[in-house]
Amino acid sequence: MNYYEIIFYVFAVLTVVSAGVVVFSRNIIYSAFALLFTFTGVAGIYVLLNADFIAITQLLIYVGGIMILLIFGVMLTTNVTNVEITTQTLKALPATIVVAIVSALLVSTMVSTKWAVKDPISVESTTINQIGELLLTKYLLPFEIASIVLLIAMMGAAFLARKN
Amino acid sequence: MGINYFLILALLLFSIGVAGVLLRRNAIIVFMCIELMLNSVNLVFVSFSSYLGNSIGQIFVFFIMTVAAAEAAVGLAIIIALFRNKETINIDEINILKW
Repeated sequence: MNYYEIIFYVFAVLTVVSAGVVVFSRNIIYSAFALLFTFTGVAGIYVLLNADFIAITQLLIYVGGIMILLIFGVMLTTNVTNVEITTQTLKALPATIVVAIVSALLVSTMVSTKWAVKDPISVESTTINQIGELLLTKYLLPFEIASIVLLIAMMGAAFLARKN
Repeated sequence: MGINYFLILALLLFSIGVAGVLLRRNAIIVFMCIELMLNSVNLVFVSFSSYLGNSIGQIFVFFIMTVAAAEAAVGLAIIIALFRNKETINIDEINILKW
């Protein structure tokens, strides 16, 4: 077992365990903070996959942006005085069946498909040059549309959350 | 390491996200689980991008992140507006469109 695999397993266990805490924790604050560790673990996996710029973006956008939004949402919508009642066992059986079906479908697709991938990962110095070139040449129109989407989402969120 | 390790990790994340959306009744937890599923899809994109040796998959990850950020802002605004009107974010009690 080399260092690459050890680091992979550390980040994989961190990601999966904290994702489990997100789903099965009784306390919503624990869920929010476990989600932070999930995002960090996924960023670590990105680094292992030679996607350095994506990893930094993951840390900035998810850990820095979306997590803050979620924690604000938790604090604005949770009554501190009464304990949250979880109705977890209400529809557990149909939910378990659906999850099992979805997982089985994904596993069978993954096993039965012959992926046309190269086996070793080619180690390049950085991916920023390629990403920047692609974003400003071939994918320029989606890039600009993404900025308009963000602008409209900002205005919509401000309008919806406004007190009137 | 083969690509299957990364695919299995993404698969586990996606299944946990599906389980959370189906099991939990708190709108914010459902929201977090949707973010989990988006992350697992991003993980698949990045692993294929890395194993195929081109960066186009990473461009898609950028657009998914953009949409996820927009979704987070608008979704949380909707949840806060709902909480202001109904004093609950239990998605079983938010059923005024049902008849």
